[in-house]
Amino acid sequence: MEDMLFYDRLQFAFTITFHYIFPQLTMGLSLMIVYFKWEFLRTKVEHYNNAAKFFMKIFAINFTMGVVTGIPMEFQFGTNWAKFSELTGGIIGQTLAMEGMFSFFLESSFLALFIFGEKLMGQKLHLLTGFLVFLGSWASGWFILATNAWMQHPVGYEILENGKYVLENFSALFLNPWLLPAFLHNQVASVVTSSFVVASIGAFYILRNKNVAYGKLFLKTGVIFGLVSSLLIAFPTGDWNAKNVAKYQPASFAAMEGIFETEHAGAEIVLVGQPNMVEKKLDNKIAVPNILSFLTYQEWDKQIPGMDQFKQEELPTNIPALYYAYHIMVGLGTVFIGIMFLAGFFLWQKKLYNIKPLLWTIMFLVPFPYIANLTGWYVAELGRQPYLVYGLLKTSEGISPTVSSGNTLFTLLGFVALYMLLGLLFLVLVGKTIHQGPKTQTH
Amino acid sequence: MEIFWYIIIAIVLAMFFILDGYDFGTGIVHLFFAKKEEDKEVIAKAAGLFWDSNEVWLVAAGGMLFMAFPTFYASVFSGFYLPLIIVLWLIIFRAIGLEFRSQFNYQMWKDMWDKAFGVSSLLLALFFGIALGNIVRGVNLGGVENGISAYEAHYFFLPLWDASFNPSTTHPGVIDWFTLTIGVISVVVLTIHGANWVILKTNSSINNKLKLTIFKLNIVLSALTVFSLSIWHIINPSPFKNFLEKPYLIVFPLIYFSGIIGLFFVKKNKNNTNFIFSTLLVLGGITSL
Repeated sequence: MEDMLFYDRLQFAFTITFHYIFPQLTMGLSLMIVYFKWEFLRTKVEHYNNAAKFFMKIFAINFTMGVVTGIPMEFQFGTNWAKFSELTGGIIGQTLAMEGMFSFFLESSFLALFIFGEKLMGQKLHLLTGFLVFLGSWASGWFILATNAWMQHPVGYEILENGKYVLENFSALFLNPWLLPAFLHNQVASVVTSSFVVASIGAFYILRNKNVAYGKLFLKTGVIFGLVSSLLIAFPTGDWNAKNVAKYQPASFAAMEGIFETEHAGAEIVLVGQPNMVEKKLDNKIAVPNILSFLTYQEWDKQIPGMDQFKQEELPTNIPALYYAYHIMVGLGTVFIGIMFLAGFFLWQKKLYNIKPLLWTIMFLVPFPYIANLTGWYVAELGRQPYLVYGLLKTSEGISPTVSSGNTLFTLLGFVALYMLLGLLFLVLVGKTIHQGPKTQTH
Repeated sequence: MEIFWYIIIAIVLAMFFILDGYDFGTGIVHLFFAKKEEDKEVIAKAAGLFWDSNEVWLVAAGGMLFMAFPTFYASVFSGFYLPLIIVLWLIIFRAIGLEFRSQFNYQMWKDMWDKAFGVSSLLLALFFGIALGNIVRGVNLGGVENGISAYEAHYFFLPLWDASFNPSTTHPGVIDWFTLTIGVISVVVLTIHGANWVILKTNSSINNKLKLTIFKLNIVLSALTVFSLSIWHIINPSPFKNFLEKPYLIVFPLIYFSGIIGLFFVKKNKNNTNFIFSTLLVLGGITSL
């Protein structure tokens, strides 16, 4: 039983991590494509149009990868989490079905129209198809976040005699207080990723001395979008989410902030330190007193319950992983604000394109927003443990009763091999598209 | 309400089999009959434009099953764990084959992905037939052994095959000689369907040859159909009970047979009529089961 749970979780974690590399770029990138196309209609500068079409090519590769890695996600609810699907299908089945049909359909059909239909439709309709691609991808995100919000903070449900959950109040699913902050945080985070990708390609072109005009356009756009989104990710969206966790999942809050013991007055904020699970304390701690209480409740002396206030079975199962995921996310977010602020300053001074060290930094920073996005999701998912539906259904109660751990390990190994191949192909194709550059448009 | 969802999902699944069916069939045609590079190119392009919109029906059917019949979804998806995951891998493989073949202009690159596309299409057609065969044959719900259930009554788990490949043992696997027969029928039906679609949608040089192929395959299909009907009583002692009790159901096999008969005139008919006949074939086939 323990084995089954472990491999089921490992397989889900692996496949969802790999899957989320792609949608986090497409959601943000679609917004920037709409911006490029809009600027083209406004200014009639051909570069903007080519930029929009170039990034739609990159979008298309990511979208294909997102689809082929997304179908296994839907299937896995049934194959590996049968008990969970059986009990909660009446609720989360709805949002997932809507995601599959509505958004998927919108995205895939209008993506094809955008790529193949520019001459046929004229410029205004072309902008509209781009906008609908954006709408489809953000609606997708909305439905997935609605599903996750219900698991984090279940609302509007009723439990039948046979243990099944049914929806009592449909609108409650979308008015869930967890949903809006999580959705905004997630979407802004995907704009951070896409800004860094756009800026990084721009920096590459400038340093490579190739497509320099496009390089400058990409870098400028990436830095502006990146500065705004990096700020929004911390405040108000990140702040709002942290307050939600403190309110609805206080045990997770204590674990992710690394508070082992409750202090008498205000709680300190931990900047550096490693959780020591044997002695129940942080090793090598650097902390600033009272800040956490102020950030969370705007009161310097407000007491925040530490992990000693909760029963062992209420605490997240992997406290160090949760703690590190949270601190990596926050730390990277802070670095992004710093770098983007610096780049924005030099852009304003009209010096940015000549400062090579900064260009190199921006170019190589591109994996880190991905890491920040993924660790952010780890915080949400590890923080919810040991529950699958917070407070109601334990993760161990959700797995398929008939699928043995050996079978799951077999399929996990298969997914690892297949996804390695996919990842390699993905890098080759994106690399090829970047190498060709925006000018050699075939469509 | 349940009946309403049942009908909707049945329609969505039928759409999936008809639409992705020709997609798979196209892959099989591509694998066995397209020899020249131009033909491969047009056929792969024709399929490449549609595979993702066809796949939407699979995602939609999955989503709706999840929403409307969560118990059934949970039971079937975990019970057919291995074949389903293998189908997923094949779908992924097929999609990347289609999407990536024309990204580089090396012949070896193209050949490699062509084979990936063709072979995974073939196996998918086979597996979907086998899946239908399993539903007809039935499974051991609750893992009952000597009258004792190993787990809750609506769960089951099937291995890929049982050493005997015999459908009438107490623990049949996913693949036995009965489900394999249905799988082969499915491959033949979808090949015909795909060939008709290729003829309809492209002007590849093999179109005339394909008509002859359809004619030949139709003979094979007739023989296989008769064979499967003659062995039906082994898995189900009174195979025609449903039809005798509810005579209106007979319309579904009639659709299937009208498809077969119509396709014998493949050369005389117009191309789109042929496509309609093979659509009838797919539709009649799955609804009869």
